[in-house]
Amino acid sequence: MEWLTLTIDGKEVSVPKGITVLEACRQHNIRIPTLCHDPSLTNTAACRLCVVEIEGIRNLPASCVTIATQGMVIRTGSDRVKEARKTILELLVANHPLDCMTCQKMGNCSLAQYAYEYGVSGDVFQGDKRELPLDDSNPFIIRDSSKCILCGKCVRACQEEQVNGVLDFFARGFQTQVGPAFNSKLAESECVFCGSCVAVCPVGALTERQMAGKGRPWEITKVQTTCPYCGTGCNFDLNVREGKVIGVTSNSDAPVNGRMLCVKGRFGFDLIHNPERLTTPLIKKKGKFVEASWDEALDLVADKFTEIVQVHGPDTLAALSSAHCTNEENYLMQKFMRAVIGTNNVDHCART
Amino acid sequence: MKQEKGKEKRKILVCAGTGCLSTGALSLIQELNQEIEAQGLTEQVTVVPTGCHGFCEQGPTLIFEPEQTLYVQVKKQDISEIIDKEFKQDLRIERLLYQDPLTGKKTETFANTNFFVKQERIVLQNCGFIDPENIEDYLARDGYKGLMTALKQKSPDEVIEEVKKSGLRGRGGAGFPTGLKWSFCRQTHADKKYVICNADEGDPGAFMDRGVLEGDPHSVIEGMLIGAYGIGSDEGYIYCRAEYPLAIKHLKKAIKDAEEAGFLGENILGSGFNFKLYIRAGAGAFVCGEETALMASIEGKRGMPRARPPFPAQKGLWDKPTNINNVETWSSVPHILRRGAQWYTQYGTEKSKGTKIFALTGKVNNTGLVEVPMGITLREIIFDIGGGIQDNKKYKAVQIGGPSGGCLPESLLDLAVDYESLTSVGAMVGSGGLVVMDETTCMVDIARFFVNFSQKESCGKCTPCREGNKRMFEILDRITQGKGQLEDLEKLEKLARVIKDSSLCGLGQNAPNPVLASLKYFRDEFLSHILDNQCPAGVCTAFLSYHIDNELCKKCGLCVKNCPVNAISGDKHTPYSIDLETCIKCGICVEKCKFAAVVRSGKE
Repeated sequence: MEWLTLTIDGKEVSVPKGITVLEACRQHNIRIPTLCHDPSLTNTAACRLCVVEIEGIRNLPASCVTIATQGMVIRTGSDRVKEARKTILELLVANHPLDCMTCQKMGNCSLAQYAYEYGVSGDVFQGDKRELPLDDSNPFIIRDSSKCILCGKCVRACQEEQVNGVLDFFARGFQTQVGPAFNSKLAESECVFCGSCVAVCPVGALTERQMAGKGRPWEITKVQTTCPYCGTGCNFDLNVREGKVIGVTSNSDAPVNGRMLCVKGRFGFDLIHNPERLTTPLIKKKGKFVEASWDEALDLVADKFTEIVQVHGPDTLAALSSAHCTNEENYLMQKFMRAVIGTNNVDHCART
Repeated sequence: MKQEKGKEKRKILVCAGTGCLSTGALSLIQELNQEIEAQGLTEQVTVVPTGCHGFCEQGPTLIFEPEQTLYVQVKKQDISEIIDKEFKQDLRIERLLYQDPLTGKKTETFANTNFFVKQERIVLQNCGFIDPENIEDYLARDGYKGLMTALKQKSPDEVIEEVKKSGLRGRGGAGFPTGLKWSFCRQTHADKKYVICNADEGDPGAFMDRGVLEGDPHSVIEGMLIGAYGIGSDEGYIYCRAEYPLAIKHLKKAIKDAEEAGFLGENILGSGFNFKLYIRAGAGAFVCGEETALMASIEGKRGMPRARPPFPAQKGLWDKPTNINNVETWSSVPHILRRGAQWYTQYGTEKSKGTKIFALTGKVNNTGLVEVPMGITLREIIFDIGGGIQDNKKYKAVQIGGPSGGCLPESLLDLAVDYESLTSVGAMVGSGGLVVMDETTCMVDIARFFVNFSQKESCGKCTPCREGNKRMFEILDRITQGKGQLEDLEKLEKLARVIKDSSLCGLGQNAPNPVLASLKYFRDEFLSHILDNQCPAGVCTAFLSYHIDNELCKKCGLCVKNCPVNAISGDKHTPYSIDLETCIKCGICVEKCKFAAVVRSGKE
């Protein structure tokens, strides 16, 4: 690999040829704020927060799209750069509802984080604010366009990762918005509710509806698990607060699926704490299910299984288990069938 | 003389550009044809609808060939007299001749008008003199000879070398050397390359490209053919705004005729060079004049600029190497090939060669299209060609370069118009809009107007342009409403700095220029608005107030009758007065009063 020597903030550093100035800076632990950049999406250089000063370039180029070249002299913290970044943040904050206290994204909002770092308040530029209706037309995603900073990550995630192209920009200038065709509600659009857009939104414009009001990031424990719904083997994080699963968030480090999930994996966790779930065994007596104790139920099943195996052989039994159980329960089920009953007749609702 | 005229068929060139069409050129053409037939002159006279004569202020205009007599502001009812006097009696109609607004003298021929004398028409040489829908007319004026020179006498590299030597620079605004641009695209290896003509002219008050496309479409096609041959491209697009239906119509006809004549298509003029040309109509987004947004739009995507590099010469339309030039640049190329780079370099300055077309508009006597050698002074354009300021008012500023340019004051009138000098004073050649303003123009209001245009036309992609220009507009708007504060000027300057520094494309990077230039040259006007509660030009209504001077008032009651909001009261016995609470400051009372008794003052 060919290496280049750059000077970043007065220090000489070596970076591999072909990477961007942003990547070069991050490789050397130099903090560059970004809102529209995402390593797995194309770079559009839209937010302009990652601007740096590069000798020989008249303007302040966006580091996310500027390829590092041999001998480049980069300044990431000059007054000019700081003024530009701070002003850009002031402009974004001036057009943002400052209802952070009740915003689901609080504690995990990139805009708030950078505003804090750069000492930005909301009163520098007074004027119009984008006030758009909330789209809560569906059970999964709350789309609050008033909070949108138009970074376009959702547009790219929808187009480049899910390849659905439901979201795009429309209108011009200050009126620019992101939304489905004809500005319809998500429920009326071609959206498949994979939630890839929610996963990349840096602010509170796209949030998981089921998690609204259920927990703050610092109250949540993330438990990585494998999705039980099908055989793909997607990984994600269960968001657990006080022993309860309040939601699912994708995890870029997931080996099979990265950040991508389907509607079931991302939003189909509500069965876990569903009040309609069975909590006691039921035994059918005289054509009706009647509540029974665990001992009674297990004894009954054990007797019947033993009898069937003895009379008809183990292969006359088969077990079908469900994605609504935990992976561990499903594992135990097949182990039980194979080792205890003695048959390979096992299946699962998500086999295909 | 009279006998000679009888021998050849004379022509009446009727300007049928969009401007003159709107003032009735079409009915003039019909009337002329009818009258010629009625008077039995069909053998002697032909009516030729041409592209723009450039003299829009005086439209509709007629030019008689071969004498080049110019008639201006012709009306339908003048036609029978014109045919009778001009062709039967060989007499001029005095009242239809152009009158110089400065000297009051009448001028007989087009070439002798002050509007024309200082012009150097290269790109516009055919505009107004040929029927743009007739390829024969173009061929008769050496059309496609530049292409023949290129294909028959030069290698592609030699073509590029010739354009480089001519010093031609991009006429779309940025002024990048055209030959160099072509060579970048030529050097990129690819199985397919495109050439594009940027005809998405969108600056307020600019219509140079429209004039060329409507009046001489073949020159653009020929230029593109030469460029494509040099670069090694076999496919081109003309991206023309849909608001130019006549230009598109003429282009379509020209492409069809050029295909039939063998100038477009396979094995052009037996050279083995192939080229196909298509038109794409833009849907009216200003930002699509930016080359990367334009290409996105051709690809069927939302017209949003993307970061460069990669430049179009490496990765352009459908990711293939692409060369984009604007209408005027392409249209200059055939002349350079036909007459040589050496010939072209005689016009212009050391670094800015050739000529530039400007759309001269605003408070100037002769508005219209003018083509001048680079290096001419603003004063020459505005006062010699433009005939000075309307109604003998005082010159205040000229906005040059459209919404990306700046307003230049009287002290800079002797500045040479070229790429470098204009940039050095905070303006730019831009695409060539020249809006002249007089003392009745408020510079804060003008800065507000241009920023409003840019902020509305921002594609919305990058933060500084989308949000910053909006805030600049709001601050300027507050100043014009008397709600400005001194620190607003600092805010404006900071915003301008950041927007220029960090915006993604040229639209954003240049949008603050009108504000910066106005703050530089007309700061006192901003201060008057903020500190003295006054609009010195008397434009910003927030500062205006009206009252009636009872010594001059004759109590005629005309003001009362005309006031749309009944803010004026008074009768024969009671003095007239204006209720300032009700008054909406429309100024109708001032206009209506015959005794100048209604006084408008700029101070609150």
